[in-house]
Amino acid sequence: MEASPPRIVCQPASGGLQVLAQGRWTAAALTAPGVWATLTRDLQALAREPAAAWDLTGLQRLDHLGAQVLWNHWGRAWPARLEALADQRAVLERVARYAVTPPAYQRPTLWQRFLRLGELLFKVADHGQDLLRLVGQLVLDLARLARAPRDAPWRDITGHVFHIGATALPITAMVGFLIGVVLAYLTSQQLRQFGAEIYIVNILGLSLIRELGPVLAAVLIAGRSGSAITAQIGVMRVTEELDAMRVMGIPHGFRLVMPRAIALAVAMPLLTLWTTLAALFGGMLAADLVLGITPAYFISNLPRAVAVSNLWLAMGKSAVFGLLIALIGCHYGLRVKPNTESLGQGTTASVVSSITVVILIDALFAVVFKNIGI
Amino acid sequence: MQTSAAILPAECTPDVPAPVVDIRGLWSVFHTAGVDVVIHKDLDLVVPRGEVVSLVGGSGTGKTVLLRQILGLQSPARGTVTVLGKPAAVLGAQGAASRVGMLFQHGALYSAFTVLENIAFALRELNSLPDALIRDAALLKLQMVGLDVKHAHKMPAELSGGMIKRVALARALIMDPPLLLLDEPTAGLDPDGADAFCNLLRSLHHELGLTVVMVTHDLDTLFELSTRVAVVADQKIIVEGPPREVIAFPHPFIHDFFLGERGQRAMELLREYPFTV
Repeated sequence: MEASPPRIVCQPASGGLQVLAQGRWTAAALTAPGVWATLTRDLQALAREPAAAWDLTGLQRLDHLGAQVLWNHWGRAWPARLEALADQRAVLERVARYAVTPPAYQRPTLWQRFLRLGELLFKVADHGQDLLRLVGQLVLDLARLARAPRDAPWRDITGHVFHIGATALPITAMVGFLIGVVLAYLTSQQLRQFGAEIYIVNILGLSLIRELGPVLAAVLIAGRSGSAITAQIGVMRVTEELDAMRVMGIPHGFRLVMPRAIALAVAMPLLTLWTTLAALFGGMLAADLVLGITPAYFISNLPRAVAVSNLWLAMGKSAVFGLLIALIGCHYGLRVKPNTESLGQGTTASVVSSITVVILIDALFAVVFKNIGI
Repeated sequence: MQTSAAILPAECTPDVPAPVVDIRGLWSVFHTAGVDVVIHKDLDLVVPRGEVVSLVGGSGTGKTVLLRQILGLQSPARGTVTVLGKPAAVLGAQGAASRVGMLFQHGALYSAFTVLENIAFALRELNSLPDALIRDAALLKLQMVGLDVKHAHKMPAELSGGMIKRVALARALIMDPPLLLLDEPTAGLDPDGADAFCNLLRSLHHELGLTVVMVTHDLDTLFELSTRVAVVADQKIIVEGPPREVIAFPHPFIHDFFLGERGQRAMELLREYPFTV
């Protein structure tokens, strides 16, 4: 027998209309295309004439959804006369027993909204407090490391240096190279108008070494490793690994935060150097092609155009960037709540804040060290 | 008018084929660290309609793997898995929730949705019923599994372990599927909750003609619910049949599992309260 859709058939009987329910009143049949529209039309037509009796014995199958449809049609009350099998009655009775009006979703009152605003302020303060605690803990952990270097998690640190630093070499080189090429092309157009082509060495050297190299590498690493740090620690929260660590007496700061902070503080300056070299190489190539400035000239003039203090400044600032990316990543990771949504939000917030902080700190460095190296 | 088949009770509906799950010559092979590990070897299992079949076996014998293969989440290395007359691999199409319900071991609730949205999800995704009816249906299932309506708008993160399990069961039952798979249904429930859970399953089994396949280590649940027990050991089903027959089967695992200290206690209960299913 083929599956037949749920339907109702009316026939006159003694004392009014008798309604026969037929077919399969199941979730699968009711959700089949077109079935629901037909059935509601028939049921609505029926609602105009008061039905005297219902006969469900002709039903092929009745499940909870089908029973719910009938129950709702009956106005959430038993019809005057009903013929049904014992199993069908049991399903209907269960629907009848549990048919309640759902709790309305409560709209927040004005006072609650006001309180929520206050909560937001507390949350901001909480973030600040957490971050401060994280920095303080890092200082304490570093002191512990200095006292007993043998007990430090060196394997973790070197592992992170490899994952954050070494595996990022291809992408940072490629992006650096392309930025160098683009910058060289753009400035060469302007410089040619003034006949000042040879100054491309100064412009590229200073901008790439002092600003673009560190910021570019930091933004890339914030996106690549900052998010990874938050996700790693966040998943550890979701799977209760963080709690397991605490129960075993293994401090989060010493084993999770400090290795990442040290690794990034070490890897970031090296990545900056690498990115800057790739960018300078790209710029040098473009300068040769567009302006005819030979690589030999470029290389011999670079030390004269850019003071070496710029390089130290870039390295120092990169170490700070690395430290901040690690701290922000860990901060958001440790704040993740055990659900997927919070994990996603935490990772996004981590990347956005670390990139913002990198640019803010870069501006601060530019102001503070404005007399050095230029 | 309807033919005579129409007046048969629910369990005799003709479109559900007699063996709900039919596994033939199944091989499961895992490839770990360059070594092939054979979990199942030429395994056969037939689950007849309307039965509650418990899969038991030591840890690592691949009971959960078997469940995943029935669901089509994992495909066997060799052999066929037929569920409700179709190959298991095609079950995951649209409307799969109306054929098979699965209760995952840890609930697997969608953490971004509220309890009610979780339960209603499969029905809502079909986009063919009005919201009010879907909400009613979801609320019904919520209460059927013994939860209060006040929990309807909670998020999964706010629920206790037992509540998560109940919500997950309600979600699995939303479309009243003919086949229900349970992975450790009573693990993590308090005894009261486990009893209520068993009662609920028994009445559903009775009224809807539900076929249940469950993996369980809980002997109380096993004896209370199962109409048949299948023992997975030595890479195959060593014995399959009513609990009394299975216990009598001579095999070291069965001896340890059922006739150990815990088994004895459960068996005493069995003697006091014979099968009700």
